[in-house]
Amino acid sequence: MAKDRQDTALHATIIGIIRDDRGRLLAALIRSLGDFDLAEDALSDAVESALVHWSRNGLPNSPQGWLLQVARRRAIDRLRRGQRFSARVPDIEMLMEEEEETRNMPEDHIPDERLRLIFTCCHPAIEEKTRIALTLRSVCGLTTREIARAFLDTDIAMGQRLSRAKAKITTAGIPFSIPERSDWDARRSAVLTVIYLIYNEGWTAGAGEAPIRDTLCDEAIYLCRLLNDLAPHDPEIEGLLALLLLMASRRKARLRPGFGLLSLEEQDRSLWDHALIDKALRLLDDAVGRQAPGPFQCQAAIQALHSEATSNDETDWPQILLLYDRLYRLKPSSVVRLNRAIALLETGDIRAAQSELEDMRSELEAYQPYHAADAEIATRAGDLVHAKRAYGRAIELSQSEDERRWLAMRRGRLN
Amino acid sequence: MRYIALIYSGDNTGPAPGTPEWDEFMDGYRIATQTYEERGVMLGGEPLEHTKTATSLRIRDGKTETMDGPFAETKERLGGFYMFDCKDLDEALELASLIPTAKFGTIEVRPIMDLG
Repeated sequence: MAKDRQDTALHATIIGIIRDDRGRLLAALIRSLGDFDLAEDALSDAVESALVHWSRNGLPNSPQGWLLQVARRRAIDRLRRGQRFSARVPDIEMLMEEEEETRNMPEDHIPDERLRLIFTCCHPAIEEKTRIALTLRSVCGLTTREIARAFLDTDIAMGQRLSRAKAKITTAGIPFSIPERSDWDARRSAVLTVIYLIYNEGWTAGAGEAPIRDTLCDEAIYLCRLLNDLAPHDPEIEGLLALLLLMASRRKARLRPGFGLLSLEEQDRSLWDHALIDKALRLLDDAVGRQAPGPFQCQAAIQALHSEATSNDETDWPQILLLYDRLYRLKPSSVVRLNRAIALLETGDIRAAQSELEDMRSELEAYQPYHAADAEIATRAGDLVHAKRAYGRAIELSQSEDERRWLAMRRGRLN
Repeated sequence: MRYIALIYSGDNTGPAPGTPEWDEFMDGYRIATQTYEERGVMLGGEPLEHTKTATSLRIRDGKTETMDGPFAETKERLGGFYMFDCKDLDEALELASLIPTAKFGTIEVRPIMDLG
Protein backbone atom coordinates (compact mmCIF):
# COMPACT_ATOMS: atom_id res chain seq x y z
CA MET A 1 0.00 0.00 0.00
CA ALA A 2 2.66 2.47 1.13
CA LYS A 3 4.75 1.50 -1.87
CA ASP A 4 1.82 2.11 -4.22
CA ARG A 5 1.26 5.56 -2.78
CA GLN A 6 4.94 6.32 -3.16
CA ASP A 7 4.82 5.22 -6.80
CA THR A 8 1.83 7.39 -7.54
CA ALA A 9 3.51 10.40 -5.90
CA LEU A 10 6.71 9.81 -7.85
CA HIS A 11 4.77 9.42 -11.05
CA ALA A 12 3.04 12.75 -10.41
CA THR A 13 6.41 14.39 -9.72
CA ILE A 14 7.83 13.05 -12.96
CA ILE A 15 4.83 14.20 -14.97
CA GLY A 16 5.12 17.61 -13.27
CA ILE A 17 8.81 18.01 -14.16
CA ILE A 18 8.22 16.98 -17.74
CA ARG A 19 5.31 19.33 -18.08
CA ASP A 20 7.06 22.35 -16.57
CA ASP A 21 10.27 21.92 -18.51
CA ARG A 22 9.00 20.50 -21.75
CA GLY A 23 9.19 23.80 -23.64
CA ARG A 24 12.69 24.57 -22.46
CA LEU A 25 13.99 21.06 -23.22
CA LEU A 26 12.30 20.90 -26.59
CA ALA A 27 13.70 24.30 -27.56
CA ALA A 28 17.24 23.28 -26.56
CA LEU A 29 16.90 20.05 -28.53
CA ILE A 30 15.57 21.72 -31.68
CA ARG A 31 18.44 24.16 -31.51
CA SER A 32 21.05 21.37 -31.47
CA LEU A 33 19.24 18.94 -33.78
CA GLY A 34 18.00 21.55 -36.24
CA ASP A 35 14.91 19.42 -36.72
CA PHE A 36 11.59 20.09 -34.97
CA ASP A 37 10.10 16.69 -35.68
CA LEU A 38 13.17 14.71 -34.61
CA ALA A 39 13.48 16.78 -31.42
CA GLU A 40 9.88 16.00 -30.47
CA ASP A 41 10.27 12.29 -31.10
CA ALA A 42 13.55 12.16 -29.18
CA LEU A 43 12.04 14.00 -26.22
CA SER A 44 9.06 11.62 -26.15
CA ASP A 45 11.51 8.70 -26.11
CA ALA A 46 13.40 10.29 -23.21
CA VAL A 47 10.22 10.90 -21.23
CA GLU A 48 9.16 7.30 -21.68
CA SER A 49 12.56 6.16 -20.53
CA ALA A 50 12.44 8.52 -17.52
CA LEU A 51 9.19 6.98 -16.33
CA VAL A 52 10.86 3.57 -16.26
CA HIS A 53 14.24 4.55 -14.80
CA TRP A 54 13.11 7.12 -12.28
CA SER A 55 10.38 4.86 -10.92
CA ARG A 56 13.07 2.28 -10.31
CA ASN A 57 15.96 4.42 -9.07
CA GLY A 58 14.34 7.66 -7.95
CA LEU A 59 14.96 11.13 -9.40
CA PRO A 60 18.42 11.88 -10.80
CA ASN A 61 20.40 14.89 -9.58
CA SER A 62 19.38 17.02 -12.50
CA PRO A 63 16.22 15.60 -14.05
CA GLN A 64 16.33 18.18 -16.85
CA GLY A 65 19.95 17.40 -17.68
CA TRP A 66 19.12 13.69 -17.64
CA LEU A 67 16.21 14.15 -20.04
CA LEU A 68 18.27 16.27 -22.40
CA GLN A 69 21.11 13.79 -22.47
CA VAL A 70 18.86 10.79 -23.06
CA ALA A 71 16.93 12.68 -25.73
CA ARG A 72 20.18 13.51 -27.57
CA ARG A 73 21.23 9.87 -27.51
CA ARG A 74 17.84 8.79 -28.76
CA ALA A 75 18.10 11.35 -31.55
CA ILE A 76 21.45 9.86 -32.56
CA ASP A 77 19.84 6.39 -32.57
CA ARG A 78 16.98 7.61 -34.68
CA LEU A 79 19.36 9.29 -37.14
CA ARG A 80 21.43 6.10 -37.41
CA ARG A 81 18.34 4.04 -38.11
CA GLY A 82 17.04 6.63 -40.58
CA GLN A 83 17.03 6.30 -44.36
CA ARG A 84 19.58 8.87 -45.32
CA PHE A 85 22.22 7.80 -42.83
CA SER A 86 25.26 8.89 -44.85
CA ALA A 87 23.88 12.39 -45.34
CA ARG A 88 23.39 12.73 -41.60
CA VAL A 89 26.86 11.59 -40.51
CA PRO A 90 28.12 15.15 -39.87
CA ASP A 91 24.98 15.84 -37.78
CA ILE A 92 25.57 12.71 -35.75
CA GLU A 93 29.22 13.58 -35.12
CA MET A 94 28.29 17.06 -34.00
CA LEU A 95 25.63 15.70 -31.68
CA MET A 96 27.99 13.23 -30.12
CA GLU A 97 30.52 15.97 -29.43
CA GLU A 98 27.83 18.11 -27.91
CA GLU A 99 26.67 15.21 -25.81
CA GLU A 100 30.20 14.75 -24.53
CA GLU A 101 30.51 18.42 -23.59
CA THR A 102 27.19 18.74 -21.84
CA ARG A 103 27.26 15.53 -19.87
CA ASN A 104 26.22 16.19 -16.26
CA MET A 105 25.73 19.83 -17.03
CA PRO A 106 23.79 21.53 -14.21
CA GLU A 107 20.26 22.39 -15.24
CA ASP A 108 20.68 26.17 -15.11
CA HIS A 109 23.18 25.82 -17.92
CA ILE A 110 20.58 24.47 -20.29
CA PRO A 111 20.33 27.43 -22.66
CA ASP A 112 16.90 29.01 -22.86
CA GLU A 113 15.91 28.91 -26.53
CA ARG A 114 12.17 29.28 -25.93
CA LEU A 115 11.94 32.63 -27.68
CA ARG A 116 13.04 30.93 -30.91
CA LEU A 117 10.52 28.18 -30.22
CA ILE A 118 7.68 30.67 -29.78
CA PHE A 119 8.55 32.51 -32.99
CA THR A 120 8.78 29.23 -34.91
CA CYS A 121 5.43 27.94 -33.67
CA CYS A 122 3.79 31.27 -34.54
CA HIS A 123 5.41 31.61 -37.98
CA PRO A 124 3.04 33.23 -40.51
CA ALA A 125 3.69 30.36 -42.96
CA ILE A 126 1.67 28.11 -40.61
CA GLU A 127 -2.12 28.31 -40.61
CA GLU A 128 -3.49 30.33 -37.68
CA LYS A 129 -5.37 27.62 -35.77
CA THR A 130 -2.35 25.35 -36.16
CA ARG A 131 -0.08 28.07 -34.73
CA ILE A 132 -2.26 28.10 -31.63
CA ALA A 133 -2.25 24.31 -31.28
CA LEU A 134 1.47 24.03 -31.90
CA THR A 135 2.28 26.72 -29.33
CA LEU A 136 0.10 25.03 -26.70
CA ARG A 137 1.72 21.69 -27.43
CA SER A 138 5.36 22.75 -27.75
CA VAL A 139 5.75 25.75 -25.46
CA CYS A 140 3.06 25.09 -22.84
CA GLY A 141 3.34 21.29 -22.88
CA LEU A 142 -0.40 20.62 -23.15
CA THR A 143 -1.19 17.15 -24.47
CA THR A 144 -2.69 16.61 -27.90
CA ARG A 145 -5.83 15.33 -26.16
CA GLU A 146 -6.16 18.46 -24.03
CA ILE A 147 -5.77 20.71 -27.07
CA ALA A 148 -8.26 18.62 -29.05
CA ARG A 149 -10.80 19.00 -26.24
CA ALA A 150 -10.27 22.74 -26.03
CA PHE A 151 -10.98 23.12 -29.74
CA LEU A 152 -13.78 20.53 -29.84
CA ASP A 153 -11.72 18.45 -32.24
CA THR A 154 -11.03 14.72 -32.21
CA ASP A 155 -7.66 13.53 -30.88
CA ILE A 156 -6.85 12.08 -34.29
CA ALA A 157 -7.63 15.26 -36.19
CA MET A 158 -5.59 17.36 -33.75
CA GLY A 159 -2.71 14.87 -33.89
CA GLN A 160 -2.69 15.05 -37.67
CA ARG A 161 -2.82 18.85 -37.62
CA LEU A 162 0.22 18.92 -35.32
CA SER A 163 2.25 16.43 -37.34
CA ARG A 164 1.50 18.23 -40.60
CA ALA A 165 2.73 21.45 -39.03
CA LYS A 166 5.95 19.87 -37.74
CA ALA A 167 6.58 18.30 -41.12
CA LYS A 168 6.07 21.67 -42.79
CA ILE A 169 8.52 23.39 -40.43
CA THR A 170 11.19 20.88 -41.40
CA THR A 171 10.44 20.52 -45.10
CA ALA A 172 9.72 24.16 -45.91
CA GLY A 173 12.75 25.36 -43.96
CA ILE A 174 10.94 27.54 -41.43
CA PRO A 175 13.91 28.82 -39.40
CA PHE A 176 14.35 28.23 -35.68
CA SER A 177 15.30 31.81 -35.04
CA ILE A 178 14.35 35.14 -33.57
CA PRO A 179 13.26 37.49 -36.37
CA GLU A 180 15.50 40.31 -37.46
CA ARG A 181 14.77 43.88 -36.48
CA SER A 182 13.18 44.67 -39.86
CA ASP A 183 10.66 41.86 -39.33
CA TRP A 184 10.26 42.21 -35.60
CA ASP A 185 7.01 44.20 -35.48
CA ALA A 186 5.12 41.96 -37.90
CA ARG A 187 6.39 38.72 -36.42
CA ARG A 188 5.83 39.90 -32.85
CA SER A 189 2.24 40.78 -33.63
CA ALA A 190 1.70 37.27 -35.06
CA VAL A 191 2.89 35.85 -31.71
CA LEU A 192 0.76 38.27 -29.69
CA THR A 193 -2.30 37.39 -31.77
CA VAL A 194 -1.79 33.70 -31.01
CA ILE A 195 -1.59 34.42 -27.27
CA TYR A 196 -4.65 36.65 -27.41
CA LEU A 197 -6.63 34.00 -29.31
CA ILE A 198 -5.67 31.35 -26.75
CA TYR A 199 -6.97 33.60 -24.00
CA ASN A 200 -10.16 34.34 -25.87
CA GLU A 201 -10.82 30.69 -26.56
CA GLY A 202 -10.83 30.10 -22.81
CA TRP A 203 -12.63 33.33 -21.96
CA THR A 204 -15.61 32.94 -24.27
CA ALA A 205 -16.54 29.54 -22.83
CA GLY A 206 -18.66 29.41 -19.71
CA ALA A 207 -17.70 27.76 -16.44
CA GLY A 208 -19.94 24.76 -17.01
CA GLU A 209 -18.26 23.91 -20.30
CA ALA A 210 -15.20 21.73 -20.70
CA PRO A 211 -12.99 22.77 -17.76
CA ILE A 212 -9.91 22.54 -20.00
CA ARG A 213 -10.97 25.88 -21.40
CA ASP A 214 -10.27 27.61 -18.07
CA THR A 215 -6.67 26.53 -18.29
CA LEU A 216 -6.37 28.22 -21.69
CA CYS A 217 -6.61 31.61 -19.94
CA ASP A 218 -3.82 30.57 -17.55
CA GLU A 219 -1.68 29.27 -20.42
CA ALA A 220 -2.10 32.53 -22.33
CA ILE A 221 -0.98 34.55 -19.31
CA TYR A 222 1.92 32.15 -18.73
CA LEU A 223 2.98 32.55 -22.38
CA CYS A 224 2.72 36.32 -22.31
CA ARG A 225 4.73 36.53 -19.06
CA LEU A 226 7.36 34.23 -20.56
CA LEU A 227 7.51 36.36 -23.71
CA ASN A 228 7.84 39.49 -21.59
CA ASP A 229 10.75 37.90 -19.68
CA LEU A 230 12.48 36.71 -22.85
CA ALA A 231 11.99 39.93 -24.81
CA PRO A 232 11.73 42.63 -22.14
CA HIS A 233 10.88 46.33 -22.64
CA ASP A 234 8.66 45.72 -25.66
CA PRO A 235 5.62 47.98 -25.25
CA GLU A 236 3.17 45.78 -27.19
CA ILE A 237 4.12 42.66 -25.21
CA GLU A 238 3.65 44.66 -22.00
CA GLY A 239 0.39 46.02 -23.41
CA LEU A 240 -1.00 42.55 -24.09
CA LEU A 241 0.09 41.27 -20.68
CA ALA A 242 -1.64 44.24 -19.04
CA LEU A 243 -4.77 43.56 -21.11
CA LEU A 244 -4.86 39.86 -20.14
CA LEU A 245 -4.31 40.64 -16.45
CA LEU A 246 -7.10 43.23 -16.50
CA MET A 247 -9.47 40.69 -18.03
CA ALA A 248 -8.34 38.01 -15.59
CA SER A 249 -8.92 40.36 -12.64
CA ARG A 250 -12.67 40.07 -13.36
CA ARG A 251 -12.73 36.29 -13.47
CA LYS A 252 -14.54 35.82 -10.17
CA ALA A 253 -17.03 38.58 -10.82
CA ARG A 254 -18.03 37.53 -14.30
CA LEU A 255 -19.44 34.11 -13.45
CA ARG A 256 -22.24 33.76 -10.93
CA PRO A 257 -22.70 30.11 -9.94
CA GLY A 258 -25.92 28.68 -11.32
CA PHE A 259 -26.50 31.84 -13.29
CA GLY A 260 -23.77 32.00 -15.91
CA LEU A 261 -22.06 35.03 -17.37
CA LEU A 262 -22.42 38.59 -16.21
CA SER A 263 -21.68 41.64 -18.35
CA LEU A 264 -19.25 44.28 -17.12
CA GLU A 265 -22.22 46.44 -16.16
CA GLU A 266 -23.76 43.69 -13.99
CA GLN A 267 -20.59 42.61 -12.18
CA ASP A 268 -19.98 43.15 -8.47
CA ARG A 269 -16.80 45.23 -8.75
CA SER A 270 -15.74 44.41 -5.20
CA LEU A 271 -15.01 40.88 -6.47
CA TRP A 272 -12.40 42.18 -8.90
CA ASP A 273 -8.80 41.25 -8.07
CA HIS A 274 -7.38 44.67 -7.26
CA ALA A 275 -3.81 43.47 -6.73
CA LEU A 276 -3.86 42.13 -10.29
CA ILE A 277 -5.36 45.38 -11.57
CA ASP A 278 -2.54 47.37 -9.91
CA LYS A 279 0.05 45.12 -11.49
CA ALA A 280 -1.57 45.56 -14.90
CA LEU A 281 -1.76 49.33 -14.56
CA ARG A 282 1.93 49.54 -13.70
CA LEU A 283 2.78 47.42 -16.73
CA LEU A 284 0.65 49.62 -18.94
CA ASP A 285 2.36 52.75 -17.55
CA ASP A 286 5.76 51.27 -18.44
CA ALA A 287 4.52 50.37 -21.93
CA VAL A 288 3.02 53.79 -22.66
CA GLY A 289 6.21 55.44 -21.36
CA ARG A 290 8.14 53.82 -24.21
CA GLN A 291 6.19 56.01 -26.63
CA ALA A 292 5.57 53.42 -29.32
CA PRO A 293 1.78 53.05 -29.38
CA GLY A 294 0.15 49.88 -30.64
CA PRO A 295 -3.20 48.11 -30.70
CA PHE A 296 -2.68 46.00 -27.56
CA GLN A 297 -1.64 49.00 -25.47
CA CYS A 298 -4.73 50.76 -26.75
CA GLN A 299 -7.02 47.86 -25.80
CA ALA A 300 -5.36 47.64 -22.39
CA ALA A 301 -5.91 51.38 -21.88
CA ILE A 302 -9.63 50.91 -22.63
CA GLN A 303 -9.89 48.06 -20.13
CA ALA A 304 -7.90 50.11 -17.59
CA LEU A 305 -10.56 52.84 -17.73
CA HIS A 306 -13.21 50.21 -16.94
CA SER A 307 -11.07 48.86 -14.10
CA GLU A 308 -10.66 52.31 -12.58
CA ALA A 309 -14.39 53.14 -12.68
CA THR A 310 -16.58 52.39 -9.66
CA SER A 311 -19.64 51.67 -11.83
CA ASN A 312 -20.80 51.63 -15.43
CA ASP A 313 -22.21 55.17 -15.08
CA GLU A 314 -18.98 56.46 -13.55
CA THR A 315 -16.97 55.13 -16.49
CA ASP A 316 -15.11 57.68 -18.61
CA TRP A 317 -16.94 56.82 -21.85
CA PRO A 318 -15.79 59.90 -23.83
CA GLN A 319 -12.17 58.86 -23.16
CA ILE A 320 -13.00 55.25 -24.15
CA LEU A 321 -14.53 56.53 -27.39
CA LEU A 322 -11.31 58.45 -28.15
CA LEU A 323 -9.28 55.31 -27.50
CA TYR A 324 -11.50 53.31 -29.84
CA ASP A 325 -10.95 55.97 -32.52
CA ARG A 326 -7.22 55.56 -32.05
CA LEU A 327 -7.48 51.76 -32.04
CA TYR A 328 -9.46 51.86 -35.29
CA ARG A 329 -6.73 53.97 -36.89
CA LEU A 330 -4.07 51.47 -35.73
CA LYS A 331 -6.06 48.41 -36.68
CA PRO A 332 -9.11 49.06 -38.83
CA SER A 333 -11.44 46.10 -38.25
CA SER A 334 -15.20 45.76 -38.08
CA VAL A 335 -14.99 44.25 -34.58
CA VAL A 336 -13.22 47.39 -33.33
CA ARG A 337 -15.83 49.51 -35.10
CA LEU A 338 -18.62 47.55 -33.39
CA ASN A 339 -17.10 48.15 -29.95
CA ARG A 340 -16.69 51.80 -30.83
CA ALA A 341 -20.41 51.95 -31.62
CA ILE A 342 -21.16 50.68 -28.10
CA ALA A 343 -18.94 53.43 -26.67
CA LEU A 344 -20.90 55.90 -28.79
CA LEU A 345 -24.12 54.57 -27.27
CA GLU A 346 -22.70 54.91 -23.74
CA THR A 347 -21.72 58.54 -24.36
CA GLY A 348 -25.41 59.12 -25.14
CA ASP A 349 -25.21 59.36 -28.92
CA ILE A 350 -27.84 56.70 -29.68
CA ARG A 351 -28.49 58.02 -33.19
CA ALA A 352 -24.80 57.75 -34.20
CA ALA A 353 -24.55 54.25 -32.72
CA GLN A 354 -27.62 53.14 -34.70
CA SER A 355 -26.30 54.47 -37.98
CA GLU A 356 -22.91 52.80 -37.42
CA LEU A 357 -24.65 49.45 -36.89
CA GLU A 358 -26.83 49.91 -39.96
CA ASP A 359 -23.65 50.52 -41.94
CA MET A 360 -21.98 47.31 -40.76
CA ARG A 361 -25.03 45.04 -41.04
CA SER A 362 -24.16 43.17 -44.23
CA GLU A 363 -20.56 42.67 -43.13
CA LEU A 364 -21.30 41.35 -39.62
CA GLU A 365 -24.62 39.56 -40.29
CA ALA A 366 -23.22 36.20 -39.08
CA TYR A 367 -21.39 37.64 -36.02
CA GLN A 368 -23.22 37.04 -32.74
CA PRO A 369 -21.89 40.12 -30.85
CA TYR A 370 -23.21 42.33 -33.65
CA HIS A 371 -26.78 41.28 -32.91
CA ALA A 372 -26.28 41.54 -29.15
CA ALA A 373 -25.04 45.12 -29.63
CA ASP A 374 -27.88 45.85 -32.06
CA ALA A 375 -30.36 44.65 -29.42
CA GLU A 376 -28.82 46.83 -26.69
CA ILE A 377 -28.89 49.91 -28.89
CA ALA A 378 -32.48 49.26 -30.00
CA THR A 379 -33.51 48.80 -26.35
CA ARG A 380 -31.94 52.15 -25.46
CA ALA A 381 -33.73 53.75 -28.43
CA GLY A 382 -37.05 52.31 -27.24
CA ASP A 383 -37.55 50.08 -30.31
CA LEU A 384 -38.48 46.89 -28.44
CA VAL A 385 -39.67 44.97 -31.51
CA HIS A 386 -36.28 45.46 -33.16
CA ALA A 387 -34.48 44.59 -29.90
CA LYS A 388 -36.38 41.29 -29.49
CA ARG A 389 -35.65 40.27 -33.04
CA ALA A 390 -31.95 41.09 -32.61
CA TYR A 391 -31.70 39.08 -29.36
CA GLY A 392 -33.35 36.17 -31.16
CA ARG A 393 -30.75 36.30 -33.93
CA ALA A 394 -27.89 36.57 -31.37
CA ILE A 395 -29.22 33.50 -29.52
CA GLU A 396 -29.36 31.54 -32.79
CA LEU A 397 -25.75 32.41 -33.56
CA SER A 398 -24.33 31.83 -30.08
CA GLN A 399 -21.99 28.88 -29.53
CA SER A 400 -22.10 28.88 -25.74
CA GLU A 401 -24.84 27.73 -23.37
CA ASP A 402 -24.04 30.45 -20.79
CA GLU A 403 -24.11 33.12 -23.42
CA ARG A 404 -27.49 31.95 -24.75
CA ARG A 405 -28.90 32.03 -21.24
CA TRP A 406 -27.61 35.55 -20.70
CA LEU A 407 -29.07 36.77 -23.99
CA ALA A 408 -32.44 35.10 -23.25
CA MET A 409 -32.48 36.77 -19.85
CA ARG A 410 -31.88 40.19 -21.46
CA ARG A 411 -34.64 39.53 -23.96
CA GLY A 412 -37.00 38.46 -21.15
CA ARG A 413 -36.47 41.84 -19.45
CA LEU A 414 -37.99 43.64 -22.42
CA ASN A 415 -41.50 42.40 -21.52
CA MET B 1 17.97 25.24 -49.05
CA ARG B 2 16.66 25.48 -52.57
CA TYR B 3 13.31 27.09 -53.31
CA ILE B 4 11.22 27.82 -56.36
CA ALA B 5 9.04 30.92 -56.50
CA LEU B 6 6.12 30.29 -58.87
CA ILE B 7 4.63 33.50 -60.20
CA TYR B 8 0.85 33.46 -60.71
CA SER B 9 -1.47 36.20 -61.92
CA GLY B 10 -4.82 36.62 -63.62
CA ASP B 11 -5.25 37.98 -67.16
CA ASN B 12 -5.36 41.78 -67.33
CA THR B 13 -4.64 42.23 -63.65
CA GLY B 14 -1.23 43.85 -64.09
CA PRO B 15 -0.19 47.04 -65.89
CA ALA B 16 -0.76 47.24 -69.66
CA PRO B 17 2.27 47.37 -72.00
CA GLY B 18 3.09 50.88 -73.17
CA THR B 19 2.06 52.62 -69.94
CA PRO B 20 4.46 54.20 -67.44
CA GLU B 21 3.26 51.55 -64.92
CA TRP B 22 4.45 48.84 -67.30
CA ASP B 23 7.94 50.38 -67.47
CA GLU B 24 8.05 50.52 -63.68
CA PHE B 25 6.88 46.88 -63.52
CA MET B 26 9.61 45.70 -65.91
CA ASP B 27 12.20 47.75 -64.00
CA GLY B 28 11.04 45.91 -60.87
CA TYR B 29 11.92 42.59 -62.50
CA ARG B 30 15.33 43.89 -63.58
CA ILE B 31 16.04 45.10 -60.04
CA ALA B 32 14.87 41.80 -58.53
CA THR B 33 17.02 39.69 -60.85
CA GLN B 34 20.03 41.91 -60.27
CA THR B 35 19.58 41.74 -56.50
CA TYR B 36 19.38 37.93 -56.59
CA GLU B 37 22.54 37.73 -58.66
CA GLU B 38 24.44 40.15 -56.43
CA ARG B 39 23.44 38.21 -53.33
CA GLY B 40 24.50 34.96 -54.93
CA VAL B 41 21.15 33.24 -54.38
CA MET B 42 19.99 33.00 -58.00
CA LEU B 43 19.78 29.48 -59.45
CA GLY B 44 17.68 30.53 -62.40
CA GLY B 45 14.42 32.08 -63.44
CA GLU B 46 12.43 32.60 -66.61
CA PRO B 47 9.20 34.17 -67.78
CA LEU B 48 6.78 31.83 -69.57
CA GLU B 49 4.63 32.39 -72.65
CA HIS B 50 0.87 32.67 -72.05
CA THR B 51 -1.04 29.50 -71.07
CA LYS B 52 -2.82 29.81 -74.44
CA THR B 53 0.39 28.41 -75.92
CA ALA B 54 0.48 25.43 -73.52
CA THR B 55 0.08 21.81 -74.57
CA SER B 56 -0.72 19.15 -71.99
CA LEU B 57 0.37 15.57 -72.39
CA ARG B 58 -0.57 12.36 -70.62
CA ILE B 59 -0.21 8.63 -71.17
CA ARG B 60 -3.26 6.48 -70.49
CA ASP B 61 -3.35 2.75 -71.21
CA GLY B 62 -0.01 3.12 -72.95
CA LYS B 63 -1.41 5.68 -75.37
CA THR B 64 -0.09 9.23 -75.50
CA GLU B 65 -2.77 11.92 -75.54
CA THR B 66 -2.07 15.58 -76.06
CA MET B 67 -4.42 18.43 -75.34
CA ASP B 68 -4.51 22.11 -76.15
CA GLY B 69 -4.11 24.34 -73.13
CA PRO B 70 -3.03 23.99 -69.50
CA PHE B 71 -3.89 21.03 -67.29
CA ALA B 72 -6.23 22.94 -64.99
CA GLU B 73 -8.44 25.91 -65.83
CA THR B 74 -7.83 28.42 -63.06
CA LYS B 75 -8.19 32.17 -62.84
CA GLU B 76 -4.54 32.68 -61.99
CA ARG B 77 -1.99 31.37 -64.47
CA LEU B 78 1.65 30.41 -63.98
CA GLY B 79 3.60 33.17 -65.72
CA GLY B 80 7.19 32.50 -64.69
CA PHE B 81 9.49 31.38 -61.91
CA TYR B 82 12.69 32.03 -60.02
CA MET B 83 14.85 29.45 -58.26
CA PHE B 84 16.86 30.41 -55.21
CA ASP B 85 19.49 28.80 -53.05
CA CYS B 86 19.21 30.55 -49.69
CA LYS B 87 19.32 30.07 -45.93
CA ASP B 88 15.72 29.36 -44.97
CA LEU B 89 12.06 30.10 -45.69
CA ASP B 90 12.33 33.60 -44.19
CA GLU B 91 15.04 34.53 -46.69
CA ALA B 92 13.13 32.88 -49.56
CA LEU B 93 10.02 34.90 -48.67
CA GLU B 94 12.03 38.09 -48.43
CA LEU B 95 13.52 37.41 -51.89
CA ALA B 96 10.09 36.57 -53.32
CA SER B 97 8.68 39.84 -51.99
CA LEU B 98 10.85 41.67 -54.55
CA ILE B 99 8.90 40.09 -57.45
CA PRO B 100 6.71 42.89 -58.86
CA THR B 101 3.80 40.53 -59.70
CA ALA B 102 3.30 39.98 -55.94
CA LYS B 103 1.50 43.36 -55.91
CA PHE B 104 -1.47 42.00 -57.90
CA GLY B 105 -0.86 38.25 -58.32
CA THR B 106 0.41 35.51 -56.02
CA ILE B 107 3.89 34.08 -55.55
CA GLU B 108 3.91 30.47 -54.38
CA VAL B 109 7.17 29.65 -52.62
CA ARG B 110 8.00 25.95 -52.38
CA PRO B 111 11.06 24.05 -51.24
CA ILE B 112 12.71 21.95 -53.91
CA MET B 113 12.84 18.32 -52.83
CA ASP B 114 16.28 17.23 -51.73
CA LEU B 115 17.07 13.81 -53.15
CA GLY B 116 20.72 13.90 -52.11
